[in-house]
Amino acid sequence: MRQAARRLLEENTVNLVIGYAWGTLPLRTAPFFARTPAEADRLVYNSLCENNLVKYLLRYSKEKLGLVVKGCDARSLVVLLRENQVQRDRVHIIGVPCTGVIDRRKVMELVDGQEVTGAEVTVEGIVVRGEGFEKDIKTDEVLCVSCRGCKYGTPVLYDTLVGEEVRAREENFGDIRAFEALPPSEREAYFAQEMAKCIRCYACRNVCPLCYCTECFVDSSRPQWLSRRPATADNFFFHLGRAYHLAGRCVDCGACARACPVGVDLMKLNRKLIKDAKDLFGYEAGLDPGQPSLLSTFDPNDPERFILGG
Amino acid sequence: MAEDREPRIVGFLCNWCSYAAADLAGMSRFHYPPHLCAIRVPCTGRMNPLFVMSALRRGADAVLIAGCHPGDCHYVSGNLTARRRFSVFRSLLEFAGVEEGRLNLTWISAAEGKRFASLSTQLTQRAKELGPYKGMLRKRIGV
Ligand code: SF4
Ligand code: SF4
Ligand code: FES
Repeated sequence: MRQAARRLLEENTVNLVIGYAWGTLPLRTAPFFARTPAEADRLVYNSLCENNLVKYLLRYSKEKLGLVVKGCDARSLVVLLRENQVQRDRVHIIGVPCTGVIDRRKVMELVDGQEVTGAEVTVEGIVVRGEGFEKDIKTDEVLCVSCRGCKYGTPVLYDTLVGEEVRAREENFGDIRAFEALPPSEREAYFAQEMAKCIRCYACRNVCPLCYCTECFVDSSRPQWLSRRPATADNFFFHLGRAYHLAGRCVDCGACARACPVGVDLMKLNRKLIKDAKDLFGYEAGLDPGQPSLLSTFDPNDPERFILGG
Repeated sequence: MAEDREPRIVGFLCNWCSYAAADLAGMSRFHYPPHLCAIRVPCTGRMNPLFVMSALRRGADAVLIAGCHPGDCHYVSGNLTARRRFSVFRSLLEFAGVEEGRLNLTWISAAEGKRFASLSTQLTQRAKELGPYKGMLRKRIGV
């Protein structure tokens, strides 16, 4: 990784590499901007690299960038290419085959919420320690829900690949199937509890590479679709609208859910839409920049058994 | 809000067909329940799921979207795009606990006044069975 970034900067292929470096807190990496070969030596890559850096492509639109992308991140880049938001020749994609990202919340559960003061990445997982404890955790025990059934760990698009290709996992929508099987009242109760937590900081929207509208429907005042207050009903309106706007576009990277400060289960809605796109229309987002958008196209034979009156 | 009030249905009707069908039903003096409040849209392709959520939020118990039959859309394919969007959105709402049947889509041509009358009767019946929408989207006073 460092070598690749160093070379790109030395040879002036790019003038900025955006990747990850250790953050200031344990279990945390942070986006890192390397402009010189020396700075490139601070880059790291591991299962704690939870941001989707593709978001920065939209912001740093004037520079020739080197960008570190995981499998899912690469798919979000493909969607941006497809939607004409970025130019392919402006970015040198440093692809990293990914075996899964760690969900910090699950780690915290495993240590019963005790304060973690140090963490170390091992081959199999991580070792976390705090006052009076040390725990060895395997990555597979604490994977994000999206990573468990990830078929695209190896980026679908890259210029340089750092590391060996990884094997595709078997698709797994078990979480969504189980939820679908619950009675509607229980499903609504679950969402009521999740929506009540949301403080409408919009971190989830702001980290998503595919949320790039200059005016989001939540900020519009004519019409004002929903109240600014974080009331449960408005939060629900926001989350349904947000999820729907990502239908056929969301690539299941999970960055939104990890960014949420209060742990709202955002992936329930996102993954439901991903599963439906697949089941109803055989559609998977972000595999090919030439692929048409799910919701702006149609097939005359699309299913319509739900039509009232037949 | 009284529990046993009559259902409120918001109908988004395409200008070129279903809206005209509603007129025709009236002109032909067909009887159908008065619960449907019609909103004219230029085409079902104009439908935005935020309209649907806003209707539920502001007091509707059921929503109907009605447009031209596939192949007859004034703008060629607005209804076909709408159908695809609708199937995705409808499934999302149900997943999130909004009962099946609150959101409906159908095709009614300008000549089908009878069909308009019978479908609005059917829908009113359905809305009565479901009862008032009291789900999470509904705006609550003072909350
Ligand atoms: S990040 Fe979490 S709290 Fe913030 S708006 Fe999104 S869901 Fe709500
Ligand atoms: S909605 Fe969340 S999971 Fe989907 S692409 Fe955006 S950040 Fe990634
Ligand atoms: S014009 Fe009627 S549905 Fe498009």
